[in-house]
Amino acid sequence: MTNEMKDTGIVYDVKGLDLWYGQDQALKNINMQIYKNQVTAVIGPSGCGKSTFVKTLNRMVENIPIVKIGGEILYHGENIFDKSVMVEELRTKVGMVFQKPNPFPKSIYENVLYGPKIHGIRDKKVHMEILETSLKAAALWDEVKDRLDDNAYGLSGGQQQRLCIARALAVQPEVILMDEPTSALDPIATQKIEDLINQLKEDYSIIIVTHSMQQAGRISDKTAFFLMGELIEYDDTSKIFSNPAKKQTEDYITGRFG
Amino acid sequence: MENQMKIAAKGAMASRKRENLHFSINRSNISKRVRRNNFYRVLFSLSTVFAIGMLMILLYQVWIDSVGWLTPGFLTRNLSIFPEKAGIHGAILGTVYLMLVVIPVTILLGVATAIYLEEYATKGRIAAFIRTNITNLASVPSVIFGLLGLAVFGRLLGLGSSILAGGLTLSLLVLPIVVVAAQEALRAVPGFLREGSYAMGASKWTTIWRVVLPVALPGVLTGGILAVSRAIGETAPLVVLGIPTLIMRIPKSLGDDFTALPIQIYYWTLDTVLTREYANLAAATIVVLLIVLFMMNSVAIVIRNKYQRRF
Ligand SMILES: Nc1ncnc2c1ncn2[C@@H]1O[C@H](COP(=O)(O)OP(=O)(O)O)[C@@H](O)[C@H]1O
Ligand SMILES: [Mg+2]
Repeated sequence: MTNEMKDTGIVYDVKGLDLWYGQDQALKNINMQIYKNQVTAVIGPSGCGKSTFVKTLNRMVENIPIVKIGGEILYHGENIFDKSVMVEELRTKVGMVFQKPNPFPKSIYENVLYGPKIHGIRDKKVHMEILETSLKAAALWDEVKDRLDDNAYGLSGGQQQRLCIARALAVQPEVILMDEPTSALDPIATQKIEDLINQLKEDYSIIIVTHSMQQAGRISDKTAFFLMGELIEYDDTSKIFSNPAKKQTEDYITGRFG
Repeated sequence: MENQMKIAAKGAMASRKRENLHFSINRSNISKRVRRNNFYRVLFSLSTVFAIGMLMILLYQVWIDSVGWLTPGFLTRNLSIFPEKAGIHGAILGTVYLMLVVIPVTILLGVATAIYLEEYATKGRIAAFIRTNITNLASVPSVIFGLLGLAVFGRLLGLGSSILAGGLTLSLLVLPIVVVAAQEALRAVPGFLREGSYAMGASKWTTIWRVVLPVALPGVLTGGILAVSRAIGETAPLVVLGIPTLIMRIPKSLGDDFTALPIQIYYWTLDTVLTREYANLAAATIVVLLIVLFMMNSVAIVIRNKYQRRF
C-alpha cells in the first residue's frame, strides 16, 4: 500500500472476479475500478449478486462454506485473496453496515468501542475520544450523549443504523460497505442516513447497495448495474440515469423490469 | 337431532346446485366430531388429574411422615444411633461439596464441548458422530455412569469414595444435558450479531467470547442449573461408588469421604425394617431435598424469563 498507488485514486481494482455458491455462479467475470472518496452505488434486481459482490470486497462472503472464488480484487494494488492478507486486518480498513441494523446487545458505549477494544486500544481517555468523534461523525452524538450506558436496543431503527455506522467508523476504516442500509428504515431515518453518506464521502470511500434508483441518483457519484451476476454497465451516475449505454440498464432504470 | 338433519339436507342441496364443484363439504357429522372432541378433552384432563393426584398423594405422605421431625436441629445435627438425635448436617454439607465440584466441571466442560461442536467442528465425521450421539448419552442409565466413575475415578485415579470421585462421576452423568443446552443456546444467537463482529475485523474466538457467549449465557446457565439439580438428586451412581451413610466426621476437603442427601434417604429407607422412625427421618430428608431442587429450578426459570430474547 504505497503512496504512489493511493495517488491514482483507485481503492479497489476488481479483475475477472467469478464467484460460485456450490454449482451456481453468482458473479461472472466482474471488472471494475472503485474510486477513492466517491460514493459508488450498486443497483440491480433482487438476486443479481449485489450483496454477494460487496461481501466479497471484505471477504465476508467466505464465511459461507460452499463459496468458491476466482479472479482477483486489488485493494490499493494488493490482491485481497493473497495468502499473506489477513481478513481481520482487511476488515479494519473496510467497514461494513448491514441491511438490518445489527448493534450488539450491549450499551451504546460498548458498541462503538467494540472495534477499538478488540484491536488493542486500552486507554480510557482514547476511548472517550473515539466514542465522541465516531458518534459525531455518524450524526448521533447529540441524541445519545446523555445515555451512553443504555442498551443499544432501546434506540429507534434509524438510530441503531447510525450507531452501526459509528461502530464501523471507530476503527478508522478507509472504505465503508453498505448493503441496503436504509431498506428497513422509514423515510425520515433514510433521509438522515443519506445526508450522513454525503458528509462521510469527504473522508471515506463508500460502496452502497441500494434497491432504490432514486437513492442511487441522489447520493452516488458512480453507479454499477448488475444483472444475473454480470456487471452490465458501470459509469458516472449522471450518465447512467440520463443516457445509459446498454438497453438492459435503460429498461431497469425506467422500471420496465426488476 | 332433527334440526341437524335438516341442516345437513340443506347443505346437500346447496352443494348439488353448485354443480361445477367436484367436492362437497360433509357437514352431517359435525355434531359427532364435536362430541368426540369433548370426549378427548375429558380423557386428557383426567390423565392430568391422575398424574398430579398421584404426585400429591406422594408428597402428602412424605410431608405427614416428616412433621415433627423436620426441626432446625435436624439440619444442624449429625448422625446418631438414636433417631430423635439424628440429623443431616453431614449429608447437607456433602451435597453442597458435590455441587462445588459438579457446577464448575460441567459448565466449563459442557460449554467448551458445545463451542467446539457448534462453532469450530462444523464439518468432519467425528464431530457429526458426537453431535448425533450426545443426546443418546443423556439417556444412559445413571448406574452405568456409577460403574464408570468407580472404575476410572474410584480405582484408576485412586480417588476412592471421596467427594471428588462422586462429584466427577455426577459431572459426567449430567454433562450431556449441559452440552445440549449450551448447544441450543449458541445456536439461538442470531447470525447477524456474529456478522457484525466479523465485519469489525474480529477473529472467530473474539466473536465467540465477546458477542456469542454473553448472549448465550442465560440459556447456558438455565441448562446448567437444571443439570446440577438432576445431579444432586441422583442416588444410583453414588451407591455404586460405595458412598457410605455412616459418616460421623464432617467432610473438610474434596478428598474426604462424605455422604449426601439422596444416599441418606436411600439408607434410612432401607433400614426402616430395623428402626421404624427411620421412615420419618427419610421423609424429613426428602422434604429438604425437594425444597433445594424446587429453589434451584425456580432460579433457572427466573433467569430464563428475565433474559428472553430482546431482538
Ligand atoms: N448463502 C447462499 N448460498 C447459496 N446461494 C446464495 C447464497 N446467498 C446468495 N445466493 C445466491 O446468489 C445469488 C445472488 O444473491 P445476492 O447477492 O444476495 O443478490 P442481491 O443482493 O442482489 O439480491 C442469488 O441467486 C442467490 O440465490
Ligand atoms: Mg442483497
